[in-house]
Amino acid sequence: MTKSDYDGPILEIDKLSISFFTRLREIPAVMDFSCVVQPGEAMGLVGESGCGKSTVALGVMQDLGVNGRIVGGSIKFKGRDLNAMSQEELRAIRGSEIAMIYQEPMASLNPAMKIGRQLMEVPMIHEGTSAAEAYKMALEVVTDVKLPDPERILKSFPHQLSGGQQQRIVIAMALMSKPALLILDEPTTALDVTVEAGIVQLVKALGKKYGTSMLFISHNLGLVLETCDRICVMYSGEAVETGSIEDVFDKMQHPYTQALFRSIPLPGADKNTHPLVAIPGNFPLPHERPKGCNFGPRCDYFESGRCDTGDVRMDEIEGDDRHGSRCVKFREIDWDAPITVSEAKEKAEIGEVVLKMDNLKKYYEVAANALFGGGDKKVVKANETLSFEARESETLAIVGESGCGKSTFAKVLMGLETATDGEILLDGNNIQDIPIQDRGTDIVSSIQMVFQNPFDTLNPSMTVGRQIVRALEIFGIGDNDADRQQRTLELLDLVKLPREFAERMPRQLSGGQKQRVGIARAFAGGARIVVADEPVSALDVSVQAAVTDLLMEIQREEKTTLLFISHDLSIVRYLADRVMVMYLGHVVEMGDTDQVFSPPYHPYTEALLSAVPIADTSVEKQQIVLEGDIPSAMNPPPGCPFQTRCRWKGDVADGLCDKDVPPMRTLANGHEIKCHLPEDVLARMEPVIKMAAE
Amino acid sequence: MKQFILRRLGTMVLTALCLTFIVFVLTNLAPNLEKVAKNQGNARMNDQEVHSWLEKRGYLAPLPIKYGQWLGVLPGYTHQADDGVITGRCINKDNTAQTAPTFCGVLQGHWGISTVFRKSVSSVISERLALTGWLMMWVMIVMVPGALIIGVFAGMREGSRTDRSLSTVSILTTATPEYVSGVIFIALLASSKFGISPLLHEWGWIETKTLFKGTATSAMKEITFINFFLPVITIALYGMGYIARMTRASMTEVMTAQYIRTARLKGVSFPAVVMKHALRNALIAPFTVIMLQIPWLLNGVVIVETLFNYKGFGWTLVQAAGNNDIELLLGVSVVSVVVVLVTQLISDIGYVYLNPRIRIS
Amino acid sequence: MEPLSWGAIITRIFLQFGPVWIALIATFALSIAYKRKLGLYGKLFDSTIGMIGFALVMFWVFTAIIGGPLDMIVTHDALTQISGLKNKTPGIAVPGAEEKELYSYYLLGGDNLARDVFSRMVKGSWVVVAIAPLATVFAFMVGITLGLPAGYFGGKLDTLLSFFANLILAFPVILLFYLLVTPEIVETGIPSYMAAVLFIFPLIFAAVLLNSRYHTQPRIRTPMMIGVLVVLGWLYLSTISEVGSKIAVLPAYLDGFDVPGGILVVFVSVVFVNSPTVFRIVRSLAMDIKTRDYVAAAQTRGEGAWYIMLWEILPNARGPLIVDFCLRIGYTTILLGTLGFFGLGLPPESPDWGSTINEGRKLLSIYLHPALPPALALLSLVLGLNLLADGLREESLRD
Repeated sequence: MTKSDYDGPILEIDKLSISFFTRLREIPAVMDFSCVVQPGEAMGLVGESGCGKSTVALGVMQDLGVNGRIVGGSIKFKGRDLNAMSQEELRAIRGSEIAMIYQEPMASLNPAMKIGRQLMEVPMIHEGTSAAEAYKMALEVVTDVKLPDPERILKSFPHQLSGGQQQRIVIAMALMSKPALLILDEPTTALDVTVEAGIVQLVKALGKKYGTSMLFISHNLGLVLETCDRICVMYSGEAVETGSIEDVFDKMQHPYTQALFRSIPLPGADKNTHPLVAIPGNFPLPHERPKGCNFGPRCDYFESGRCDTGDVRMDEIEGDDRHGSRCVKFREIDWDAPITVSEAKEKAEIGEVVLKMDNLKKYYEVAANALFGGGDKKVVKANETLSFEARESETLAIVGESGCGKSTFAKVLMGLETATDGEILLDGNNIQDIPIQDRGTDIVSSIQMVFQNPFDTLNPSMTVGRQIVRALEIFGIGDNDADRQQRTLELLDLVKLPREFAERMPRQLSGGQKQRVGIARAFAGGARIVVADEPVSALDVSVQAAVTDLLMEIQREEKTTLLFISHDLSIVRYLADRVMVMYLGHVVEMGDTDQVFSPPYHPYTEALLSAVPIADTSVEKQQIVLEGDIPSAMNPPPGCPFQTRCRWKGDVADGLCDKDVPPMRTLANGHEIKCHLPEDVLARMEPVIKMAAE
Repeated sequence: MKQFILRRLGTMVLTALCLTFIVFVLTNLAPNLEKVAKNQGNARMNDQEVHSWLEKRGYLAPLPIKYGQWLGVLPGYTHQADDGVITGRCINKDNTAQTAPTFCGVLQGHWGISTVFRKSVSSVISERLALTGWLMMWVMIVMVPGALIIGVFAGMREGSRTDRSLSTVSILTTATPEYVSGVIFIALLASSKFGISPLLHEWGWIETKTLFKGTATSAMKEITFINFFLPVITIALYGMGYIARMTRASMTEVMTAQYIRTARLKGVSFPAVVMKHALRNALIAPFTVIMLQIPWLLNGVVIVETLFNYKGFGWTLVQAAGNNDIELLLGVSVVSVVVVLVTQLISDIGYVYLNPRIRIS
Repeated sequence: MEPLSWGAIITRIFLQFGPVWIALIATFALSIAYKRKLGLYGKLFDSTIGMIGFALVMFWVFTAIIGGPLDMIVTHDALTQISGLKNKTPGIAVPGAEEKELYSYYLLGGDNLARDVFSRMVKGSWVVVAIAPLATVFAFMVGITLGLPAGYFGGKLDTLLSFFANLILAFPVILLFYLLVTPEIVETGIPSYMAAVLFIFPLIFAAVLLNSRYHTQPRIRTPMMIGVLVVLGWLYLSTISEVGSKIAVLPAYLDGFDVPGGILVVFVSVVFVNSPTVFRIVRSLAMDIKTRDYVAAAQTRGEGAWYIMLWEILPNARGPLIVDFCLRIGYTTILLGTLGFFGLGLPPESPDWGSTINEGRKLLSIYLHPALPPALALLSLVLGLNLLADGLREESLRD
């Protein structure tokens, strides 16, 4: 079949249902899902983990594994039913007409095969091109995805490229045969924000250039806004709302979509005056879905007798372009009613300085060649002259991408490593040289940590209660077991978990619940400083808001100093009092939240702000895409750490950026940046984010 | 890479020294020496006589010194009897006390004399090792391809019927040590009274009494299918199951990897997915296992050579150990330790070679 | 009397194993009834492979216990020779059985010393079932106590311990057995010293385990430690101390039991050979698990290294360790057989399977029946253990 002589919709999914079959039961993963993708159109598929969005993609690819099966409905590609195709026919379509891009670029490339061969394979299979011809095509596509030195790249193995480069190769591989439909399954989740921005721009540009239709799967509404024309919101196996981006973002017609938007920190949200609204309850497990509307139990508009009876159908909204909502009440709900704000909270009083870092340095010595050992030792400068103060009740956000040294900083603070140079003062006492085993119980219990990965933070073979009791034992709290049991229950109350959870094993808890237990454990010894290392980044959007709020609430009550490590500027803007931006071990900018989020910026902060996708149609962003990848901390560039990617470098005279590390300059009261840019250039900078209404 | 090999070689030498020293200590324990003296000299010697017999042969020197002599880094012992006759480690029928070299140990190529075979250790070992070499070669030829094929086919489609039956076969073979499978094979295939041989003979399908020979003694002169099949298959089967299971595990892991899905979804056909994408990645782990299996095979060789009366290296080991033939035992351990260490080295290098992720970084 | 037909032999053997069938059926009925409450053990009954393996293993365990110490199942004494029955084929009638109140047949024939093959096979199972799991437990104790710190701390300690482990692994097992398991070596007391070293590991293990857990509460810890250590210490001293041997630390009236030198040396060498492999497994598991956040959480609240190793890392490594434990019992069984096959360690008249196979193989081309039953017995037990391990692995990987 020729590729061009078809002009209907590229993909038509009609009432698709997919189930997985386990020994015990049939687990429906996708139910009654319909959507149409027109030629050249980009369709965004949004939802939380477990909502079935990836299953839809695999269903389209007809690659559901041994246990998965399509139990109803049809998937038509260019008018032909994919369900009815033989393996041979499918094979001819896969890779040539439908291509897919995955979340983990490293895992999706064959580690033992050179990039060139992996690319050349595609046209050689589908079009029977000669090797020389295929090589030429590969070279062309690699140039298209803006990779430097394509010939060298084609000769490399995947592990020799960085994450961003690998993802570009995966994209190149998908585009090798100019497919009609491109499926992208969370293509940027594993990447850093500034790298992500580059990939997103590339995908958009290539989509236009090749006229490819796209199915873009993501949990990030902001990303979908930037890339897609249409969107489909999924919840628990069903599409709940679908329509054009504008309709869904600005005139949403489903309570879940609304709740989702209210729970993500958009510009304008503020922890005190406009707090986020978390969606109550938990995502239902596939076999515990409620009767009627799946979102019913968590819905503000729930009406017993109507929402929990029969199946709810997708209904068209008149007047909009193919805009539908799966809600029995959407016509009655007043979608413009203002959010009922619970109560505006008092801004907490910032107290005395609790923690002070002065010129902290942490260098590591590593063998240059890890496997074979020996050889030259290299010094990795993980932290370079870190100085700041943190006060009681204050939230200090530490922002940076991978390799910026934020985890090393946390380790040194906790005492898991000792500092190479400089001072850490806790209440005026030096602790930088005391490893954790030599620290007194009061020091240890007053600095605690909340970890990133909820699935890793609790010991899987110990009950929740036991783990909290153990922390109490170690911190010397309570005189006997009964005391500690009592205290454990109180801590569970504090993090708003039912007391029965003390007896549960971690595997019986959801991600958000585990993270709450992690918080309870950190506060067990009355911690005064809590280091939260990306505590919500692995959680689903709707749960993020609840956990963030909880953290804020406890902080307010306990007057804790919170060091909030994150790469997500939206949430930082929402909750931080002060922000510290790090790049390759250096603090490049520090100041109050307002100071950091408005110009003049450090060039890196500027790029970071521009890179973060924002799910708000009224926001206008300046497009700043950084070239290349973050340099390795093992091999940092000379001079300013950011000079390799800086777009302002030309404004500094004498090539100063290549030679000297800039000094920390004070711009305004408490606002410092590490940059050579002269005052007048800084004054010229424009805000990256503008609200259109303004 | 060069540095890596040098470091490995250094560790190897150190390991070999430690191991031979341990063997040296164990064989030179007082009760063992006494046994040697009584075996070699006179079974009814009293303690006094044993003492002087041992002293005359340099056995009573401190252990590190004896070890140094054996190794050839310390001068060999000499002993002057009351009648003026000088005997010594380096003095033998070719060399008198005057012409004898000062050092004569393993490093100089003097491995000593075997007391059991009454020949020089080096000639005993080289002769026996050659016999075992043939056995090992055939075992590898049968075992490695067999195991890899079983493993790849089983792991290709996890949970399929092929997988289940092949996996059961490999579990069965790992559960059957050589002395069990050997016995069963002899009973079934090499007995003139039981198994299938009498039937085949009766039907006139075979002319001899038995299908295969129950002993492999004749294979020492000439290897035939009839006399060598059973020993080879006995060793091969036991090792095969293990390698096959490793290959299967590695193969199933690779088949569920993302990049296999990538390949499949880019339209590569199933045979091509297996051959081009999966196989190389799946063979990295089994390769290491195959090399590390060689020291294991040594065990099997000892059992099978004893069982089938094939007088190779394993059989020699049993003879040397059973009769506390110190020099021979030391020689045997040096050889086996070197074999083990060399295979470990090859396995490391091969792993690096097969795995591009490590090779270039 | 006429010799029995094959049908009659099989029926009689089946009846002889009566108590074992009852025990097996009871075990399975109970386990299947409560399988949802029994964790990993219960899940085993969802896998056919696992169930077959478990059945084979339990068959031999019950046979060993009922036939060994309880002395049922067996038809004759395993060591008694009855003249005229040398090398006689299965089902042969025992002459004059009635007057002597003996069982009237040698169900599986007589061996080359005119002893009952069937009874020797049953008795032989006890040797395996008594030694193999216990030796494996000790090997695990040694491997865990050394492997955890090697993996957790890494660095020089790891390099050193790994070097020793590789040293032992580079030793051909049979050579090691030939060197260690000889009467001369036993005479020097080396195995006893090795036992003294190897057997101390469970003590260290228990002491560290309890101390790391309860050190914050000395009032609970101290009495508990004293209690446990006194019991274990007495067991330890009783095991290693033997009146008249090189190590006689305990006076005879305190020495609870004696382990015969031959058995001890076999036990020690089997533990010695197995520990390095366990060490390597534990080490790599520890290296993997120590990167988890819950280990970091324990570190940041100032837990001691041993608490982290034993209470945070070890419990989460249990899946692969349990699987390896089953496989390793099988391997130990094979090793015991190898020792018997070469006539090392165990007394020559011992009914263990390795020795009986060795005796039987000499006349293999004429008489199959003395060698085949122990060979098949060993095969089925090891197969059972392997299948069990496979089933456990499969089930522990699920959901």
